[in-house]
Amino acid sequence: MSDATHNAASPAVRFEKVTKRYGDVAAVDAVSFDIAPATLVTLLGPSGCGKTTTLRLVAGLEQASEGRIFIDSADVTRLSAAERDVSMVFQSYALFPHMDVMENVSYGLRSMGMKKAEAAERAAQKLALVGLAGYEKRQPSELSGGQQQRVAVARAIVLEPKVLLFDEPLSNLDAKLRRRVREEIRDLQQALKLTVVYVTHDQEEALAVSDRIVVMNAARIVQDGTPFALYNEPASRFIADFMGDANVLDVACGERRGDVVRVDVGPMHLDVRHRGIAGRGAALAVRPHSLRLVDDPDLPNALRGRIRKRSYLGDHFEYHVEIADPAMDLYASTPASAAPIAEDRAVSVTFDPAESILIDAR
Amino acid sequence: MPHSPASPIRRDVVGWVLLAFASVLLLPWYKIESGFFSFDWLSHPAEAMPAAALSFAGRPWLAPLLLAPIAAAALVAARRTRGLGLVGALGLGWLIAEGFAIIHSGWGYAWLAALAGTKGPMQPGLGWGATFYCVAMLMLVAADLAEHGWCKGDRFVVGALLGVIAAMLLFVAYPLVSILLSAIKDNEGHVAFGLFADKFLSPGIWSLRCLGGSGSCGSAWNTVALAVLVGVLCTALGLPLALIALRTRVRAKWLLRMLSVLPIITPPFVIGLALILLFGRAGIVTTFLATHFGIPRSRWIYGMPGIAMAQVLAFTPIAFLVLVGVLQGVSPSVEEASQTLRANRWRTFRTITWPLIRPGLASAFLIAFIESMADFANPLVIGGNFNVLSTDIFFAVVGAAHDQGRAAVLAIVLLGFTIAAFVAQRRWVGRRSFVTVAGKGDGGLPAALPDRLRIGCYVATAPWLVLTLVVYAIILGGGFVTAIGRDNTPTLEYFLTAFSIEKGVNGWFLSGSAWPSLLMTIGLALVAMPLTAAIGILTAWLLDRQRFAGRGLFEFLAMMSFAIPGTVVGISYILAFNVPPVQLTGTGLIIVISFVFRNMPVSIRAGLANLAQIDKSLDEASLTLRARSFSTFRRAILPLLKPAIVTAMIYSFVRAVTAVSAVIFLVTGRFNLSTVYIVGRADVGEYGIAIVYAAVMIVVMMAVLVGIQLAVGERRLGRRRPGSEAIAAGA
Repeated sequence: MSDATHNAASPAVRFEKVTKRYGDVAAVDAVSFDIAPATLVTLLGPSGCGKTTTLRLVAGLEQASEGRIFIDSADVTRLSAAERDVSMVFQSYALFPHMDVMENVSYGLRSMGMKKAEAAERAAQKLALVGLAGYEKRQPSELSGGQQQRVAVARAIVLEPKVLLFDEPLSNLDAKLRRRVREEIRDLQQALKLTVVYVTHDQEEALAVSDRIVVMNAARIVQDGTPFALYNEPASRFIADFMGDANVLDVACGERRGDVVRVDVGPMHLDVRHRGIAGRGAALAVRPHSLRLVDDPDLPNALRGRIRKRSYLGDHFEYHVEIADPAMDLYASTPASAAPIAEDRAVSVTFDPAESILIDAR
Repeated sequence: MPHSPASPIRRDVVGWVLLAFASVLLLPWYKIESGFFSFDWLSHPAEAMPAAALSFAGRPWLAPLLLAPIAAAALVAARRTRGLGLVGALGLGWLIAEGFAIIHSGWGYAWLAALAGTKGPMQPGLGWGATFYCVAMLMLVAADLAEHGWCKGDRFVVGALLGVIAAMLLFVAYPLVSILLSAIKDNEGHVAFGLFADKFLSPGIWSLRCLGGSGSCGSAWNTVALAVLVGVLCTALGLPLALIALRTRVRAKWLLRMLSVLPIITPPFVIGLALILLFGRAGIVTTFLATHFGIPRSRWIYGMPGIAMAQVLAFTPIAFLVLVGVLQGVSPSVEEASQTLRANRWRTFRTITWPLIRPGLASAFLIAFIESMADFANPLVIGGNFNVLSTDIFFAVVGAAHDQGRAAVLAIVLLGFTIAAFVAQRRWVGRRSFVTVAGKGDGGLPAALPDRLRIGCYVATAPWLVLTLVVYAIILGGGFVTAIGRDNTPTLEYFLTAFSIEKGVNGWFLSGSAWPSLLMTIGLALVAMPLTAAIGILTAWLLDRQRFAGRGLFEFLAMMSFAIPGTVVGISYILAFNVPPVQLTGTGLIIVISFVFRNMPVSIRAGLANLAQIDKSLDEASLTLRARSFSTFRRAILPLLKPAIVTAMIYSFVRAVTAVSAVIFLVTGRFNLSTVYIVGRADVGEYGIAIVYAAVMIVVMMAVLVGIQLAVGERRLGRRRPGSEAIAAGA
């Protein structure tokens, strides 16, 4: 289902069946994708899924075992990191501790043989762009985490690379700062029309910054699409669960009528959009906030359960509900303003078919 | 190749081809007897012909060597890198083949002589032309291998790797192979396995007669028994010292720190000398006991007791340093966890700390074991009739016997023991990794020692501390009295004999007898110092930052030279470098080379420790910023390695100055060294001069150490600490 051949412009990055092996283990297994120019694409997945290796393959810090990598239509598969027109912002920022901010930012230009004065001028421009004018003579150790991060960004964009890479850039910042920095990164990307590949394991961060998200699991791409598509049209149980929590309910499919199909969940019958998914092995993904708990054990066409645990999380309640038929655990969240239900109460659970998604349950 | 037509030829490749041409067309191919750097040969060009000229002047076997640069130039002109590797390998291969086939005395192999039926042509040792030829050929091979994708296609890395490997093969592996070959040949150079078996199994090495009470045991058993004893005692003393240093509030920690530095700057035999002055037949203690208690004078100190005492005094600090590292590796939080689980301090020590440091104890034992086996000077000075392998090797070569084959056999036995211990030690160190698992965010305090253990530590170490202080008092003061113990009148006689400066007709000059050897020692050590640091740091960088096939083997070989006893190095250098093709004996260069390769493991270790603190993402950041690996190494990593470079330089200098076992085989009248001079004085009973010279060396090196520490150490701490923490935060 790769409709990745976007519009006219040739892709800024293209992977053709790229595999990276360490011994017998494939860290990246036959991965192909295109990244359109001036877009921000996120590689998202649980730890160990191969997303960072993929990023390092783009950078040239790892060499592909098989397949081909193109940057701006040129085959760079065998080129070293220094020979690729790519820059990277590291998770640890990797600022050179023995150089001041100016020396750090102009390092790449000086590596390419630019005269010192010209390099300093270009570096100063980029420092101003990230809001660090006047910090040229500081040592990295004299900067806050957020400032260090900006230096790392300035150091990377000063080379005006064809592709800019971010490796979990927010993971060393505290929660408040993260939201602001990710907005800044997005603004910068859009203002300079940069092609950005961005690695994270945080799905909320990915949803917030990306034009497109490539979700990886176990060395392969499992889904590739816009944030909206991934959240609302998950292709698999893994995606549904990974992109925001979801309750996944095994269902039996009945007959189709037009767009919808009748499904049975224990005693409950629903008509949901079938999305072309065949009857066998289907499941229903329902977000916790889509579940409705009713403090009445006998509601018709509903699941019967018991509140096992209630947690108060400030802006909402989270319930752990034990369902008897079919035996399973569900998680529901309700606004803090709703009347709380006591633990151990028998409840009915319903949900709106429009807010549930039929998925392939593999 | 279909997908890479005519890859661009880089400038460095052109440079190596030009160097290859220069090495065969311009530079003297053979060794210049009067020394290359005297440049006498410029006025006698006939004695310094380059290979190109020689091949038309009666040495046609050099002609094929000329083909390599020509072929390389043709490839470069055709813009091809592939093929250069073959050219380089063939050039190098031919050089090695003809170098061993034709030596100073004719054919190098008996079968060649038999085949040709003549004595054959002759050629002297290789000179600078040949040296540069080898370098150029090696780098052409590197360029080709890099083109084939070795080390991510990085030619600096491949070149450095090949260079270091070639140097280690030539100066570590080849001499060891020479020992093996020499051991299986008789004195006429014929292979004689029977003779080898006789020598190898000789009772002089393996006899166990001393157990039956009749006669003496073989030197192999003597050496092993001594090394086990010394290893156990050093570990048993090192552990309480380490516990005192880290787990008590003793004020005198500066004393412990100083005592741990002393053996590094003390020439190894000096402790043996001091023991003779204390416990010898005319020693201070002996005399005191004889006059006041009527205990008869005896020679008990000469032999195993004396050697063991000297070595325990000398090597306990090494075990101490190892164990301090091990104890620091025990995360305080696991001990705190134990205490929160209702274990008292003694139970915590017994069930948590002790099991965690046990592998470290084995490691300390094995290191002291290796040091004891390798020690040459103390057995020489204080050994009496107690034979150990290291001194046996020496006497097999310099004594009346002059039996190089026997020396080689002894060297093989000694090497077998030390390498086995080294392999065992590395396995323990490998297991040690579980001790140091918790690196970050460990804010706990180490548990204080239980009282009984603390008092036990004091009691165990007090005699060692007292004896060490007495020994150093003797060394520093003994040279300034007429005859220590017997006649304690202060005198400057010895000091002036050794270090006087007089005014003669041509102005001031150094008239003391010690000056030539002291200046030569310092000069050679200074030359070796930057070379040792450079090759060690480069090797550490290759080991830590690069991935290549055979890396484990490379690391093992690089660190193994630690386990090769100095006497084995000495004998192996004599066997390997006395005759062409590589003829170096009698030069200062061979002494420098022996310094470099003996002290290389220290600088590798310093480099590895420092690199482990530098986050790898710094290298990667530099690489993604268009800096190639050489410029990354030079601009981003080398400045951060300053502490390791300083450590490596200090240690290589100090160890070079105090070395004796290897260089005693290599010194000549012109290139004499301090330690050899002192041993010579002690050997003829001139203890005054020996002691005063040793004291001067200790003071000078202490000054060097403290000076460098003050100049570099403090500033580094002031600047690096906050930065490195912030940078290393998210690995």
